[in-house]
Amino acid sequence: MKTVRRFQWYLIAIAVTLAVMYIISLAGFGIPGLIETGLLAMTPLALAAVGECLNEQAGTVNVGMEGIFLITAVLGVYWAEIFGSGLYGLLLGSATGALISLLFGLVCIYGKANQVIAGMGLNILALGLGPYLLMSIWAFPGIHVFQRELMFQPLQFRMGDTYFSISSVTIAAVVIAILAYLLLHRTLLGIRIRGAGENPIAVDVAGVSVGKIRLLMCIVGGALAGLGGAFMPLAWFGGVVKEISAGRGFIALAAVVFAGLDPLLALVAAFIFGFSEGVAFTVVVSPGVKEIVPFYFVQMAPYAVTLLVVVAAIGGKKFPRALGKPYVRE
Amino acid sequence: MALIPPFFLETLSERENKVGFSYLVKEEKASLGSQMSRRLAGTIRPVSESGLAVVIGLVVGAFLMLAFGYDPIRAYFALFTGAFGSPAGILESLAFATPLMATAVTFAVGVRAALFNIGAEGQMYVGAMGATIVGGAILLPAGVHPIAATLFAMCLGGLWALPAAVLKIWRGVHEVVSTIMLNWIAFWFVTYLIRTYFAEPGRAERAMPALPTARYAIIGATLTTMIVVVVVFCIAVTVLLWRTGVGFELRLVGDNPEAAKYAGASSSRAILVSFLVGGLAAGLAGASQILGRPPSYALYATMGNLINLGFDGIGVALIGRNHPVGGVFAAVFYGGLMHGGRFMEYNVGVASELVDAINGIIVIALAVPEIVAIIRRRRES
Repeated sequence: MKTVRRFQWYLIAIAVTLAVMYIISLAGFGIPGLIETGLLAMTPLALAAVGECLNEQAGTVNVGMEGIFLITAVLGVYWAEIFGSGLYGLLLGSATGALISLLFGLVCIYGKANQVIAGMGLNILALGLGPYLLMSIWAFPGIHVFQRELMFQPLQFRMGDTYFSISSVTIAAVVIAILAYLLLHRTLLGIRIRGAGENPIAVDVAGVSVGKIRLLMCIVGGALAGLGGAFMPLAWFGGVVKEISAGRGFIALAAVVFAGLDPLLALVAAFIFGFSEGVAFTVVVSPGVKEIVPFYFVQMAPYAVTLLVVVAAIGGKKFPRALGKPYVRE
Repeated sequence: MALIPPFFLETLSERENKVGFSYLVKEEKASLGSQMSRRLAGTIRPVSESGLAVVIGLVVGAFLMLAFGYDPIRAYFALFTGAFGSPAGILESLAFATPLMATAVTFAVGVRAALFNIGAEGQMYVGAMGATIVGGAILLPAGVHPIAATLFAMCLGGLWALPAAVLKIWRGVHEVVSTIMLNWIAFWFVTYLIRTYFAEPGRAERAMPALPTARYAIIGATLTTMIVVVVVFCIAVTVLLWRTGVGFELRLVGDNPEAAKYAGASSSRAILVSFLVGGLAAGLAGASQILGRPPSYALYATMGNLINLGFDGIGVALIGRNHPVGGVFAAVFYGGLMHGGRFMEYNVGVASELVDAINGIIVIALAVPEIVAIIRRRRES
């Protein structure tokens, strides 16, 4: 019984996914396309959510992931155009995210800032900086479409006479989530990270710097969110608009709340939210359905699903005791 | 100092100028003798903190301009002379400030109850929709029409804030997550309503404008008497927070939940009141853009004339130290930045969105309590 409860969300996610896929296949749509879109939508959410899990385990809340998404999406394209390669765009986008998160960490850890306010500040900053960069770099308001050659190419698998494509970043996201789980629960550093969030005094007494551990996790979280941000234009949309993040940073935050800071559960949540977005995209373009269900309601679906799942799953989650509190040595 | 009304000095005095977060509730050392000078000090410190944060924001903005080869001095000169250099500019800046005063109340009332209500954006969309329905689609006599439309907009805004309040009380869902999701749901829902039912014939990009009977009178430029309504609303919220039992309970729950529990205060009621007042304020902000903003008096389908006003309100509330009346002054400053940003874009070529980035930097700077210490150290040395 205990095992069932431990894996209930994995089981529910799998069951619901299969049920939705069955209904959609009855309506006559290709399942591979649906899964491809779902996995694409999952990737940035999963990366950011796993990063935020590590971040929050160490005791720092970053609600500014939406902002990191937006800035790294624009700058990722910029780096890709400068270096002429999508891979460089992803890597340097990730580095940009790490840099932003490092500055955020410095403000929060050493400036002892209120983390939620500073995070919202980061979001507002990005709201202005995104369009400002678009305008300053490409002198075109609100949108930039880059050359097709700069797209980060997905891996292709042959399935009968069609191809199933999956981005290597998606696979990396799954691997990273597993590694993050192992890091937290099977290593000394993991104990120190969880200690920094749960009982920073004990970590400090043991001679380990709480600030450095938290800062390290900020950098890791920012690098992952930055990779997710650069992934959106460079491996998914093929262009960047000023609303590219569209609340995904907050959906990732919801995934973290849902998961109770467990990276593997966060991956499941990211899959649920990404899959609902994939279903929405599929429904929008399907003849027969799009005439009945208004386009606007389909657009709402990911947000409504996120809200409902969070409402259903919340409760009984334990968050670190020192979460969101700056550590002051007494 | 004569500009600041006496009740502002009074309510900002002593402990009450502190926000509901522990770092701001530090006990002030009573170094000054008389009560009057202590009141003055209670106002000067938050104002100087906000001033420093604004300077930091402008300096970082200048570096962002330098990074792309613009001249920050010319840009800021164009911005401030455009915003405050002429009577028309000042009126226009006030017109920009009007909705921000209201959305700042949304965030400020939330913070007073230790809530991060960032749902002003969605509540404002829904409020604007309400103003469009009553102001644009229903025929009423001239005197009653604007009042009915404004009240309906405020009620819808309050209604849209309710789910977040209920989820917070019932399931403990964090309001940052729930309000953002509600914002996006509101965005698509209102877009759906505009495109499907309330589109202006022949102009599909916007909803039907408010009828002439529903419009507020123009004072000058695009400023209307709506600003009076909004300022009166801000003062009413101040009175609610500092002169009534409900307001006291709300601030107590925000300041010190433990003490509130001992005193028998109901945190559920405080949360509900905070969200409701915030929703009313955001609905008013939405109404102000429809009923009190020439020349269009209409809601655009992509929310072009509303978007980000809710998020800007967060910065305005923080600059105004989470006080509704402080927010009025901060909104005038920020409205000036928004209006002046257009001159900056026209004269120097700097994208006006930079103003939002500056706002973000100001918010981050205001989140750092150490800024206070920096000022104090400088004053002592």
